[in-house]
This record gives sequence, C-alpha cells and structure tokens, in this order.
Amino acid sequence: MKKLFSVILALFAVCGLLAFGAKQLQTTSGSTGKKVLNLYTWGDYIDPSLLTKFQKQTGYHVNVETFDSNEAMFTKIKQGGTSYDLTVPSDYMIEKMKKAHLLLPLDKSKLTGMHNYDPRFMNLDFDRHNKYSVPYFWGTLGIIYNDKYVKPGSIQHWNDLWEKRYKNKVMLIDSARDVMGFALASMNQSMNTTDPATLLAARNKLNRLSPNVKAVVADEIKMYMIQNEAAVAVDWSGEASEMLDENSHLHYVVPSEGSNLWFDNLVIPKTAKHFKAIYAFLNFMSEPKNAAQNAEYIGYATPNKRAKARLPKSIRNDRQFYPDSQTIKHLQIYKDLSPAKVGLYNDRYLEFKMHH
Amino acid sequence: MQRKQRLSRNTAYFIPYMLWIVLFVIAPVLLLIYQSFFDINGQLTLANYQTYFSSNTYLMMTLNSVWYAFLITLATLIISYPTAYVLNETKHPQLWLLLIIMPTWINLLLKAYAFIGIFSQAGIANQFLSFIGIGPKQLLFTNFSFIFVAAYIQIPFMVLPIYNSISELNPSYVNASRDLGATNWQTFSKVIFPLTLPGVKAGIQAVFIPSLSLFMLTRLIGGNKVITLGTAIEEHFLTTMNWGMGSTIGVVLIIAMVIIMLLTGGGKRRTRKGLTK
Repeated sequence: MKKLFSVILALFAVCGLLAFGAKQLQTTSGSTGKKVLNLYTWGDYIDPSLLTKFQKQTGYHVNVETFDSNEAMFTKIKQGGTSYDLTVPSDYMIEKMKKAHLLLPLDKSKLTGMHNYDPRFMNLDFDRHNKYSVPYFWGTLGIIYNDKYVKPGSIQHWNDLWEKRYKNKVMLIDSARDVMGFALASMNQSMNTTDPATLLAARNKLNRLSPNVKAVVADEIKMYMIQNEAAVAVDWSGEASEMLDENSHLHYVVPSEGSNLWFDNLVIPKTAKHFKAIYAFLNFMSEPKNAAQNAEYIGYATPNKRAKARLPKSIRNDRQFYPDSQTIKHLQIYKDLSPAKVGLYNDRYLEFKMHH
Repeated sequence: MQRKQRLSRNTAYFIPYMLWIVLFVIAPVLLLIYQSFFDINGQLTLANYQTYFSSNTYLMMTLNSVWYAFLITLATLIISYPTAYVLNETKHPQLWLLLIIMPTWINLLLKAYAFIGIFSQAGIANQFLSFIGIGPKQLLFTNFSFIFVAAYIQIPFMVLPIYNSISELNPSYVNASRDLGATNWQTFSKVIFPLTLPGVKAGIQAVFIPSLSLFMLTRLIGGNKVITLGTAIEEHFLTTMNWGMGSTIGVVLIIAMVIIMLLTGGGKRRTRKGLTK
C-alpha cells in the first residue's frame, strides 16, 4: 500500500514538473500577455521571418496554429472555445462562414493598404466589396508533368490526360471538388454545376480516366513528383511551385479552356479578441515589401499588385503561376454549394474512386 | 460488516474505471448512434440507413473492407503462427518478443512513409529487383503493397496472444501425443493447434477489427485504389460534413465488430469446456 502510494505521488510529481516546464517554455516564447495575435492558418503559409519583423515593428507576438482543410477550420471555429483573431479560408469557405455568421466585417477606416491590391482580385462574388476579407494569395488548379516522361508541350488541355499513352501515369489530388471540377471543365461545363445528370456524366468520364490514374493522394503528390515517381499530376499551383523549385524537369500548365481560380483571404472570425493587433497585421501584410517577401517565400501568386511589381522578373513573368488575362478570364471560382449538393459531388467522386 | 466495508471499498476502486468507460466508450457510442438518425439538414430520419443498404457504392465498399480485412488477417496469421511457435522454442523468447513488439513503438505514419521510400521507383525493393534481373516494378499503390504494409503493422498484435497460448501449453500433452504414436502433423493438428486456438482467436479479433476501418494506409500506400469504409467515414466527417451518414457507417462497422467478437468469442468457451473434460 505504501509502495503504491509513493508510486502515485511520484506520478503526480512528474506531471506537475512537466506542466511547469510546458508553461515555462510557453512564457519564454511569449504567448502569454496581452500583446499577441492568434493566427490560424494553413501549414507553412507565412514566411517566419515576417512574423519576427512584425513583432519587432509593432510589439505583437503572433501565435500560429495551423489547419489542413477549410472544413476542419470551419468546424473548429464554429464549435467555439478558440480565440483565433485571423484565419485564411478559401473563397467558397468565406461564403459559407459568412452565411453561418462566423465572420466580423472589416473596419475599412483602419485599413491602410487596400489600394495595393489588384482590382481583378477584389470585390468578387464570394465577398462583395471585400466587406469581410483581405486577399492573401491566389492560385489555380492545373497539370504538372515531368519532361523526362512527357514531351514538353504535349499536355495543354484536360482532355490530354485521357490519352492512352499516360496509362497508369497520372496522379490526382484527393479532393472531390477539384477532381470533379476538372472533369466538368474538360466537358466545357461549369465547375459549379449542380445538375445531377451533368455530374453523372462527369463521373462517367472520370471512370474512363481510371486506367491512367496511378493514385489519388494528397500532400504526398509533391514528394512523388519531385522523386520522378509519376509523370503527370493534377494539383494546385502553390503545390506545383514548390515541386518546380525542387525538380527542374517539372512544368505546370493551366489548361486554357478553363480551370479553378482560388483565393485564400484573411478574415476575422467571430472569436477574435485582439483587434488592434489584427489591423496592425492586416496593414503590415498589405505593405508591398512584406507581401513580396512572403510571396517569394511561399511561392504562391500574390494579389498585391505593387508587391508583384517588386518580385524578380523570372517570377513576375512566369506564365505558369501568373497566367495571362486571356486564361484568367476562363477560370472559375468555386461557389459555396448547399450541403446536399456537396454531398452529390462527393458521392459521384467516391463512386469514381471505387471504379477500377 | 467487515465484508460489506470491503465490498464498498472495492466499488470505490472501480469508480475511475467506470467513469472512463462511461465517458470515453459508452457515451461516444451512444452519440454516434444518436447522430446516425439525423440527415444533413438535422432532420430525424432513418434515411441514412436506407441509403446505406440500398446503395451499391456502400455495399461494395463494405464487401471490400471485409475482404481486405480478411486478407490482412490471413497474411498476418500465416506469418505469426510459425513465428510464435519458433519463439517458444528459442532460448530467450522475451528478447525476441521485445524485438517483435519494438516496431509498435514507432508512429504508424512514420512507418507508412518509410514504406513509401522502400517501395518507390528508386527504392530499395526496386533496386533489389533490378539487381536480381527482374527489373523495377510498380510496387506502390498495388493491392499487394497495401496488404503487405497492413500485415506488417498488425503482426505484433497477432504474435503476442498466440505466443502466450503456446507458452501456456503444457508440454506433457505434446509428449503424450508423441508417445501414443501420433505423427508430427497429427500432434500439431490434433493437439497443439486446438489447444492454442484461443490465442489465435484473440489475435484474429485484435487484427481483423482494426483492419476493417484502416483508412490512412489506403491513401498513403494504396493510393486510394483500395477503398474501405474508413475512407467514406473520413470524407463524410471532413468534406461533406454529413455527420449523420458518417455515423451510420460507424454504427455498421461497430455491428460488424460485435459479430466478429461473437463468432470468435463463442468458440472459446467450447474449447475450454473440452479441455476440462
């Protein structure tokens, strides 16, 4: 009995020590105190040196927490119990959060850098007059190919993926909206269609693609493409730019007939508390110099017109990541669909995945 | 009086465990069942079950899950039984056992990524295949690699119970069988195997049930060419946000597990009885 007691005591002592240590570590990294900003963002989505710079300039310490899908972020904010000040949802999710009353409107009088943004990327359907959101990055959905296995220029359109010579060579990103989306685009249909017959046709078309599909995977696509594991992949431009940095044989194509155009915008969720810090951060990130540094680090396309002008010519003029306006005209932004319609997309997509 | 006191003290010891069970086992299962009766608009309905049992996709997926879980269990059993048997014969079984258990200390995700490296085009497995003259093959994203990795991960959970039951086996039974003129095969099939069956059944439970709902490996190693119910659950909870449908699949899985438990658990008592006779 005595022995048991001392074991339990020892356990408590260890727990206490660990708790103390954790607390100590947290205070040294400065997350307590009032001068903080809680940023909830995608993994590796901001240049860490900018956070240090921000703290030096304004005194606010930024706590970064990350999510890996819009839906996960939505659920966490909706369920409360968090104190995020800023988050970075994609277009359709902004619409959804708006409908769910999870966003606070921006106080325009406190924003100093809005004129830096490209008007093409402002006042869009998902957030008219940018009442709630400040653009952060934008990008496209496209095809990455390896010129060791594919003749440069031979893949220009979605329909090229269906060619027999790419048997078991194509990797797809595991996302219902995007896979169904490119099938729809290849049929010249809207990527936001909710017509069951059209979606069924898109699934049937995808089923015909399945001999060419090597795998349907997520973030690992990056690793596989860099290691020359697959010849062709369908993925987002941001992922593509990271792959291209690592492997010079890779190329990225945005099919000119149409593809997805996506935005990640900064918004203030209703859980926000540190408003001074929020506006300081929004203004800081709108500064062309900082936005340019961030864009160069992350590799996604910046919506900040004046930041883009500061980027090196090789990035600025790269048609792969800053497509010409002719292509941009054909790009479509995802709309927030009703849960039943999202379910429809997912059911068809699941059926395609089941099909071999 | 004293007895009563002791009884109440025993109940007191039981409270933390009961609390744990109620909070983290019973309550979640009840919540899951409760959720499964709501459709995507929050209406109370049986439609989820109706969809499940009338949709070819889900039924196919169920069949797929059961089939792959069966293959994984079979592969694991074929490797584990001889291993456990040999283990019992070695000088330092505890040391060998430790080596078998060691991989379970490593995170599943890390092991999966290690296998991606081994099976990739330029990986060790393909280097070996080229070396012996077969030439590189597509290993990743095949059914073979999926079952291989899943079996690798499950092996310790199969070896342990089988080893326990083999080491508990009274050697005099084996000796008696040999003395009475049974061949090696007869000794194994009529004496050793029936007596270690409880271990095998425990191992099957420990492997089959988790294998039913594997989902991360289906993507990482199987490249989503193997679709199990786990994939559908993930999708319903994370993408579609149709928690009702996700819960329904969860409930079906739980029922499937109960059936497996009943099938493998019922026989245990019978063998026990047979033993005492």
